[in-house]
Amino acid sequence: MANTDAIVGWKTITFGCHVMEPGNSVNFRTGDWRSQRPVLDKEKCIKCGMCWIFCPDMAYTQTEEGYFEADMEYCKGCGICAHECPKDAIEMVTEEG
Amino acid sequence: MAKRVGIEVSIAIAEAAKLARSEVIPAYPITPQTHIVEHLSEFVASGELDAEFIPVESEHAAMSCCCGSSAAGARTFTSSSSQGLSLMSEILYIPSTMRLPIVMVVANRALSAPISIWNDHQDIMVQRDIGWIQTFAENGQEAFDLTLHAFRVAEDRRVSLPMIVNIDGFTLSHVIEPIEILSQEEVDGYLPPFKPRYKLDPKKPITMGPVGIPEVYTEAKMAHSEAIKASKRVIIKAWQEFADMFGRQYNPVETYRCEDADVMLVTMGSISETAMTAVDKMREAGQQVGLVRIRLWRPFPSQEFRRAAGKAKVLAVIDRCLPPGAVCGPVGAELRSLFYKVPGSPKIFSFVAGLGGRDVTVERFEEIVDKARAYAKKRPRELFEVIGVREK
Amino acid sequence: MIPEFEKFKGFKAKSIPKDEPLASGHRACQGCGEVLALRMVMKALGRDVIVCSATGCMEIISSPYPHTAWRVPWIHIAFENAAAVASGVESARKVLKRKGKIPKRHVDIMAVGGDGATGDIGLQWISGAFERGHDFLYVCLDNEAYMNTGVQRSGCTPYGAMTTTSPPGKKSFGQVTWKKNIPAIAVAHNIPYVATASPAYFLDLMNKVKKAALVKGPAYVHIYSPCPTGWGSAGERSIEFAKLAVETRVFPLYEVIEGRYIMSRKITKPKPVTEYLKGQKRFRHLDEGHIDYIQKRVDVEYEKLLRLAELT
Ligand SMILES: Cc1ncc(C[n+]2csc(CCOP(=O)(O)OP(=O)(O)O)c2C)c(N)n1
Ligand code: SF4
Ligand code: SF4
Ligand code: SF4
Ligand SMILES: [Mg+2]
Repeated sequence: MANTDAIVGWKTITFGCHVMEPGNSVNFRTGDWRSQRPVLDKEKCIKCGMCWIFCPDMAYTQTEEGYFEADMEYCKGCGICAHECPKDAIEMVTEEG
Repeated sequence: MAKRVGIEVSIAIAEAAKLARSEVIPAYPITPQTHIVEHLSEFVASGELDAEFIPVESEHAAMSCCCGSSAAGARTFTSSSSQGLSLMSEILYIPSTMRLPIVMVVANRALSAPISIWNDHQDIMVQRDIGWIQTFAENGQEAFDLTLHAFRVAEDRRVSLPMIVNIDGFTLSHVIEPIEILSQEEVDGYLPPFKPRYKLDPKKPITMGPVGIPEVYTEAKMAHSEAIKASKRVIIKAWQEFADMFGRQYNPVETYRCEDADVMLVTMGSISETAMTAVDKMREAGQQVGLVRIRLWRPFPSQEFRRAAGKAKVLAVIDRCLPPGAVCGPVGAELRSLFYKVPGSPKIFSFVAGLGGRDVTVERFEEIVDKARAYAKKRPRELFEVIGVREK
Repeated sequence: MIPEFEKFKGFKAKSIPKDEPLASGHRACQGCGEVLALRMVMKALGRDVIVCSATGCMEIISSPYPHTAWRVPWIHIAFENAAAVASGVESARKVLKRKGKIPKRHVDIMAVGGDGATGDIGLQWISGAFERGHDFLYVCLDNEAYMNTGVQRSGCTPYGAMTTTSPPGKKSFGQVTWKKNIPAIAVAHNIPYVATASPAYFLDLMNKVKKAALVKGPAYVHIYSPCPTGWGSAGERSIEFAKLAVETRVFPLYEVIEGRYIMSRKITKPKPVTEYLKGQKRFRHLDEGHIDYIQKRVDVEYEKLLRLAELT
């Protein structure tokens, strides 16, 4: 699959082929890889943050209420968060379609 | 003010790297380059030069350190030779496409086997396509001057490419010559401080050396290739300024007694001095012989070479490198393709001489010219010929 | 003792930095324990760092042009030489600071590579950099094989493990050698700080990385990094294996501070190694004899380590 973002000419390619924009991988959505998604049961959650610290894709952020929410743009559905949650508050649910 | 001193060429090169205010010098010993870095380490130890001398554990590490140091924004110098240069090989291709302006002096030496510490050009010809700017020095003064010129060109923001100055091992590196050593003030006037276009800096983080996916690899290489082609103008301009400031003029290609010459010898490096003596001798005997010397090897100065040698009937090209199984030596091949199907262009004959420290004497040059004349009349069986080899 | 450690209070569960110097959108496999370990390393280091990366999974997944997951300055030159590149960066900054060309502010320099980059092809470059005493930390992310090129064995591949170049067959049972002890090689260089870590114990990992950055001179951290793709393990179990490796004494956690061994976590009631081995396809073919050998050898190695901790 061609990466359209990388279609630059030799005159417009960045100097030395450096990437000048730090952390621009956020423009690459890895959520498409997912076949299951984590679903949180707030009733069970104790807001310990284990899901956050153990996510290999930095998908989780903490909401104002203190819960941790995974960003489906990046979550690859690995299931670590559900597996490591001490309260079994996360369930992995198969993605539709 | 500049002062003229009798000095070993290696020490003069170390002086040049010191006067250039080199900041990081990763180096590993190998004959015949060692004197250069030994002297630099002394300058650092004595406080004459404020730099970091890194006594690395191999040449591969030396070049790797150079990449890190140049990317972090320091003026970076190293020197190597032969087996050491070959050990660096994997890394050499990297700073050029990444546009890191490292300066390296290569004391040219043969490659094993059999192991030989003596001079020829096999070590650098293996590295022909690393994408560095490359010059060849003929004598000690030139070695000193070209080293300063290398910093000036490599670090020019329009160029930003690494650069090699080739000097012949022993025949140049270890001889004592009268050399005019420029003063610090003079060098500072010629060489501005290094201001990299990009560097590793937490205040402005960039990613250097990403994965070149197929969509971009060709463009990255093309950008590099065009950059080195475009560097020729800066190279020539920096030589012009050098001439204006210090009175010594350098050109990409030099000619010696080429006016009306039908046969021209083509050389690179220090054997050109003997070649000139040979030309004088042949001229005295009434032969129309001249010499063309290539100083700038990469980017190859095509126009300049055509202008210098295009009128010759015969070019006798001397390669200091034997490429087993090839059609001819690398310089010969370069010139054959340069003149391919150009109407009225000279016939080109390729000779291999001066391998592993074998002297190329005046008589050998005469032999080469004679053979080239004969081949112009009757095509030789072989496309290149090894000169001065014992047939038994 | 190491003066730089005195002021460092250590990370606490509540004080883990929220900042992610390594960004989302990287291309690591689902459940990759190596990128998770790298994420923790970067959290501990923050943004004032220059990273010199070896070729390998982490380099590939974080930098396919025109994307980068790096929010800190990062350079990749080749496979074996990250320690030498870091040496160059460190030396450059030293002289540039001295000459007043860059601010005097301290910036950490990290070289990072996989087990192959570190323990096999890159040993010489690391040895050179350690011996010369550059002020940098080297982090090895050990997933116990050459994963980036398709799971070939390395010197760090454990005994019995199946890889594409240590396949079990009629005449072989997989990897025939015991795991090379890279931390011991680092210790032999008399560098001030060496540690092992596992992402299952994230605070311990982050504290060790921070200490390695704080200490003056070279430091080495060897991090166990589960690789579901190469091990044939479930992605969701990466942290579980990272924990089991410690609890079975397969991968002991310790520090070596100025030559003194300190156990980070004494495993007094170890789980049997079988608990660790099962669930990973790379060990599936092993018979009781092999497992018995592994158990015995793990016990012996652990005893050796305890004795070192007593002696030093
Ligand atoms: C000199 C050289 N040899 C071989 C390779 C091919 N190569 C690239 S990455 C790699 C394996 C990396 O293994 P490791 O260091 O353990 O990192 P991992 O991918 O497992 O994280 C190999 C063999 C290379 N790039 N350069
Ligand atoms: S790990 Fe479980 S309990 Fe802890 S914050 Fe996440 S969902 Fe809540
Ligand atoms: S499933 Fe995996 S990727 Fe998705 S949020 Fe959980 S840990 Fe992160
Ligand atoms: S192969 Fe293994 S180490 Fe590499 S990205 Fe995939 S899971 Fe991570
Ligand atoms: Mg590995």
